[in-house]
Amino acid sequence: MNQTDNNLVAIENLFKEFVISGSFLDEITFEKGKLIRKRETVKAVNGVNMNIAQGEALCVVGESGCGKTTIGRLVMGLLQPTRGSIHYAGQRIDDLSRDQLIPYRRKMQMIFQNPYASLNPRKTVNYTLSEPVAYHFPELNKSERAEKVAEVMESVGISPKWGDRFPHEFSGGQRQRISIARALTVDPEFIVADEPISALDVSIQAQVLNLLMDAQEQRKLTYLFITHDLSVVEHFGTRVAVMYLGTLCEFGETKKVFSQPKHPYTKALLSAIPKIRTTESKHIKLNGEVPTPINLPSGCVFHGRCPHATDICKQQIPELDSSDSTHRVACHAIAEGRI
Amino acid sequence: MALLEVKNLDVIFKLRTGDVKAIDNVSFTLEKGERLGIVGESGAGKSVTAFAILNLISKPGKITNGQVLFEGRDLASLDDEQIRDIRGNQISMIFQDPMMTLNPVLTIGNQMVECLQAHRNISKEKAKEIAIEKLKAVQIPSAETRLDQYPHELSGGMRQRVVIAIALLSDPAIIIADEPTTALDVTIQAEILELLLNLCKEFHVGLILITHDLGVVSQVTEKIMVMYAGAVIEQGPTEQIIHQPIHPYTQGLINALPQQTIPGQRLNQIKGVMPSLQDIPQGCAFHPRCEYRQEVCSQQRPTLTQYAERLSACHFSQQFLDK
Ligand SMILES: Nc1ncnc2c1ncn2[C@@H]1O[C@H](COP(=O)(O)OP(=O)(O)OP(=O)(O)O)[C@@H](O)[C@H]1O
Ligand SMILES: Nc1ncnc2c1ncn2[C@@H]1O[C@H](COP(=O)(O)OP(=O)(O)OP(=O)(O)O)[C@@H](O)[C@H]1O
Ligand SMILES: [Mg+2]
Ligand SMILES: [Mg+2]
Repeated sequence: MNQTDNNLVAIENLFKEFVISGSFLDEITFEKGKLIRKRETVKAVNGVNMNIAQGEALCVVGESGCGKTTIGRLVMGLLQPTRGSIHYAGQRIDDLSRDQLIPYRRKMQMIFQNPYASLNPRKTVNYTLSEPVAYHFPELNKSERAEKVAEVMESVGISPKWGDRFPHEFSGGQRQRISIARALTVDPEFIVADEPISALDVSIQAQVLNLLMDAQEQRKLTYLFITHDLSVVEHFGTRVAVMYLGTLCEFGETKKVFSQPKHPYTKALLSAIPKIRTTESKHIKLNGEVPTPINLPSGCVFHGRCPHATDICKQQIPELDSSDSTHRVACHAIAEGRI
Repeated sequence: MALLEVKNLDVIFKLRTGDVKAIDNVSFTLEKGERLGIVGESGAGKSVTAFAILNLISKPGKITNGQVLFEGRDLASLDDEQIRDIRGNQISMIFQDPMMTLNPVLTIGNQMVECLQAHRNISKEKAKEIAIEKLKAVQIPSAETRLDQYPHELSGGMRQRVVIAIALLSDPAIIIADEPTTALDVTIQAEILELLLNLCKEFHVGLILITHDLGVVSQVTEKIMVMYAGAVIEQGPTEQIIHQPIHPYTQGLINALPQQTIPGQRLNQIKGVMPSLQDIPQGCAFHPRCEYRQEVCSQQRPTLTQYAERLSACHFSQQFLDK
């Protein structure tokens, strides 16, 4: 990927497989008079290259199960990659020990999808917010810590007076704002936001998105923003990475990808956004079902559902082209000029 | 006579902390083959309305007022036996989570056969035949082999299709779909919606679609009912409501959509949150959040008033209409 000095995060040739066959004994089968060991794996991420520039909001979109959350967790160091590397500010981080990771635990924060599950129900809001501050800023005394927490609570629109309350005493939107506050209290540089608004109502979604945009402006944050809501991407993202079955099929500036989508999958995805105030729907239908990442199709992972697939698509994995670094696509049909 | 007429419906939940009126004087009609969308924020009373239609409100809840007339019969007055003949038979329901409907330990085929035999006196072979026909109607490939599969062997989109096929088994007059696509991806969502729409048109089935996604209702329904804090605040033809909403809450819901602002700009959020049903403000329930509020709004509750083909509960709807 175009390696510039401006990159905060660089992901190179990243793979992640999960073994799902269970214990060692579950993997052993007896076939044709022989003992055979079979490991079943989910190929969640398959050779992803992606850079995240300082100060941008990079959005990752794609269908359920395509590996979005897995990428987020890999970047955060919550999962070990099977292959490939992740650099943060020039430093390789995927092979660091727990202790070596501690400084990055502050700089990099994650907001999780489910605001109901991500807050500890038995801890007050004050506790939830001040604990990470105490850990990462041991030099602060108690009142300085309280001040810092109060300031962040104000900035997300939660009154510091409510600090003694428990998560269940807040609405979904308020809880999600508390999760965001928790990520912000430690002065991060980079935030992975995994579907931060999917569980919320339209009116609350607008509140939370505005909050994330304000925080970005005030704190010069960089986001990796995971979602399957394309209208949010168009609004929020500087660049967008479209994923299908663990691979990138299109990657570029949001404006370009939305105005001139190239990959057949991106085209279908964009045509499926339910728009108000347009009567006819020009929704492009895809053939077939999403294949499982257990038996990954050969060649281009999209070929089974693609109206333009030919033999080469079934055999050879397409790579992201490099003719225009601001808008790249991985598709044989486009490379060959067929579409 | 309308196929379904809900008249002045009230539902109250008796809680430790006091009574909560979850549904307040809700009325609407559905003609044969008509498609209605119910929208509103979480907690507005959409699901309770659906459950009340099917007389599925159980303790601590109770229908305390009103009628649900299906082909002229009041469903609220029927006994268990009689209501079962209507529920899942003449009126089917699709829930947000397909696993609410599907039994994880039964094959798709067995569930469908069981469902059919519960309502009709037919042989297993005949039931299977109908099951396959319905699976084909929802465009499930290789329907015959699916009969032997278990729900967990299907993807999310497939499962929701099976649920729709089950809802179709009895050739219902009405399908109530409560957030049928919220758990699905956009591409699959679009397919399922198109499918529901086509099935309703083809078989002349009435549809009540519950969602908080205005994009979704605007594509599928002919009329919309917007709820806020248990009450209907605007109602009318989809076209008119989407293009010229005359209640500030509906306007707020539409304006909050990312599609309604230039990319990169702040979204138009409705400030504040919906009040809890236990402390609904005096006057108009929406007034603390309303940018147009006047003194009258905090004192007098606006009544649902007719404006041509529409109903709206706002003191200033006429002004919005004249704009
Ligand atoms: N711990 C795990 N063990 C086994 N398989 C896993 C594990 N975590 C994820 N997977 C599988 O990896 C694939 C990618 O999952 P991931 O959660 O990254 O998808 P996603 O794109 O975030 O989907 P969604 O939109 O539904 O959140 C899926 O097939 C999932 O079942
Ligand atoms: N069993 C119950 N006991 C007490 N209160 C209930 C019960 N069921 C629903 N309510 C209350 O009735 C109100 C309306 O709930 P309902 O489920 O209809 O909301 P909804 O509009 O469907 O919201 P959502 O979009 O979140 O599904 C809520 O305030 C809810 O707390
Ligand atoms: Mg995920
Ligand atoms: Mg509901």
